[in-house]
Amino acid sequence: MIEYLPILFFLGVALGVSVVMLVLPHIMNPVRKGGQKLSPYECGFEEFDTARRKFDVRFYLVAILFVIFDLEVAFLFPWALAFETIGWFGFFSMMVFLTVLTVGFIYEWKQGALEWE
Amino acid sequence: MLADLLFLLFSSVLLIAALGVITAKNPMHCVLFMILSFFNAAGLFILLGAEFLGLLLVMVYVGAIAVMFLFIVMTIDIDFAVLKGKNTNIVPMGILVSAVLLLELIAGAWGGMFHTPQQQTKPVMQEENAQILGEVLFTDYVVPFQGAAIILLIAMVGAIVLTHRRRSGVKRQDITKQIQRKKSDCMIVTEPPAKSGVAAAYFVGKGVEK
Amino acid sequence: MLDLVLSYLDLITEENIWYVITTLFFVLLITLPLFGAVAYLTLAERKVIGWMQLRHGPLYTGWWGIGQPIADAIKLMFKEPTIPEKSNLIVYILAPVMVLVPAVVAWAVIPFDANWVLADINLGVVYLMAVSSLGVYGILMAGWASNSKYPFLGAVRSGAQMVSYEVSMGLCLLSVILLAGSMNLSEIVLAQQGMWNAVTLFPMFIVFLISILAETNRAPFDLPEAEAELVAGYNVEYGSMPFAMFFLGEYANMILMSAFASIMFLGGWLPPLDIWPLNLIPGIFWFFGKIAAVLFFFLWARATLPRFRYDQLMRLGWKVLLPFTLLWLVGQAFIMKLMQVGWV
Repeated sequence: MIEYLPILFFLGVALGVSVVMLVLPHIMNPVRKGGQKLSPYECGFEEFDTARRKFDVRFYLVAILFVIFDLEVAFLFPWALAFETIGWFGFFSMMVFLTVLTVGFIYEWKQGALEWE
Repeated sequence: MLADLLFLLFSSVLLIAALGVITAKNPMHCVLFMILSFFNAAGLFILLGAEFLGLLLVMVYVGAIAVMFLFIVMTIDIDFAVLKGKNTNIVPMGILVSAVLLLELIAGAWGGMFHTPQQQTKPVMQEENAQILGEVLFTDYVVPFQGAAIILLIAMVGAIVLTHRRRSGVKRQDITKQIQRKKSDCMIVTEPPAKSGVAAAYFVGKGVEK
Repeated sequence: MLDLVLSYLDLITEENIWYVITTLFFVLLITLPLFGAVAYLTLAERKVIGWMQLRHGPLYTGWWGIGQPIADAIKLMFKEPTIPEKSNLIVYILAPVMVLVPAVVAWAVIPFDANWVLADINLGVVYLMAVSSLGVYGILMAGWASNSKYPFLGAVRSGAQMVSYEVSMGLCLLSVILLAGSMNLSEIVLAQQGMWNAVTLFPMFIVFLISILAETNRAPFDLPEAEAELVAGYNVEYGSMPFAMFFLGEYANMILMSAFASIMFLGGWLPPLDIWPLNLIPGIFWFFGKIAAVLFFFLWARATLPRFRYDQLMRLGWKVLLPFTLLWLVGQAFIMKLMQVGWV
């Protein structure tokens, strides 16, 4: 697995650059605290209430649907690689898999889970 | 040699990060610690030669599942003051669960489940392991594979049943309706005589009151 | 115990030290020009969009505005760094790092020419998919840690959007993998010697271009920073160098996605036709030329198209691109299987 080693070097360099960029402005500039400078931006108003609030559950639904389709893609990777050798049986086993997921997809479409307003 | 060192690095960071997941008070920090532990587990997989599993761990667990966790943490409103005092009453449950897990692990180790070759950091899988995986997954292991499809289907349906509500009183865009709308349905061309204006009665009942 | 630790000192051999030095050299050889390219991409963007709208773009800094990116960088460096009082300190500081690092690390597997690749891994495509899916963290973390309304809204929007287009992007990549029979980026390029994938898989190429626009939060999918409603989206509370890091990460991602598109669909370092005057030019120039062409498409889209509405964006991702790419993949696999058996 020696070919993965340069990635670690890359990671080190990227982290190093990031740390330098984070520290640099703190060294080069005076920090003057106080006033309204550090309050949350709200177009010049005093803030009304906290920004931590409940959010539309729909975003969560998108996330969970993404997990499922991402897994589908993950299953398709080895299938595409072994496509030559697995024959018709392997081909149709993937088709059955996709059909089952498509049933779910159609259900979700008909339920209107993909609609935003 | 180098593999040993990297193994030590990955596994120790993995353990520390896992400890962070269960001790951090702020749920956001928990999720971030969890991502760190996933990365190190991926490093261990790659060290073992299971490069495909390692990268899938990053792609699926970090790229999708942890994002979902992050969404959940973001979309519930957390009251930190309440969270801080609350941890004690789940401790017995935690001890119970970890005791059961420990027993299972001991039983597994006794039965030789974790028996590995002496040189643990040597690659145990061959090159091109994604292809080898594909060759057996869709032929020899087709039943568990289809089982996975069923589980995913259940997850999908379950998520929709639990979270999806059709809201009323909101405006939606219906593309087919929009395209089928004709000029004659919504426009009237009139030539009113001079100085009399368009009679208000003309519009009533034509669907253009607004 | 001490013996064990001392035995690791054997790792320090002349050979290994040379390996470390050369690898670090190559890493810097990729990273530093990347940052330069990001700086001048911002200038190119302002110039190109300016010309498309009959303006000049930056003119006064240096000759023909050529000093503008450097001036911008110096300005950002001398800004006061602020940490909003209500923010979550650790996450707030970590967020720009999480944007910049994946955008840089992904370059490890990009082949610039035949055998010019730092980490020649078998699963280059999966690696790029995995690393590019990490970009969403920086944005979500920035939005949450700022503890302010506009960044929060921008971050949630952006997260859902990036996630939605990743599936169709993955399916586009799969159709290429199916055709090439490999996930090694160099092998995918070499498999296109006769014909580019952009020709054989033309509709998938288009879907891929749309998906990378959405993945990088670029116009017409730039809702996360829709300036008319969200001020600037997830990075409202950031200034100084952390802001520059978001910017660097975003533009480095654009260049990365352009390189990815060139490799997967436009034949990487290969000349369009393997004939006499064209194959004299070194491959790396072809590769850079293709990256520039895809980047020009990014800028062109921004200058031409109006911004999508959020429901339209979700509709396009889930109801148009996802079913289409899935159907195409199944059809392509079926035809390939028939050809393999010899029925077609």
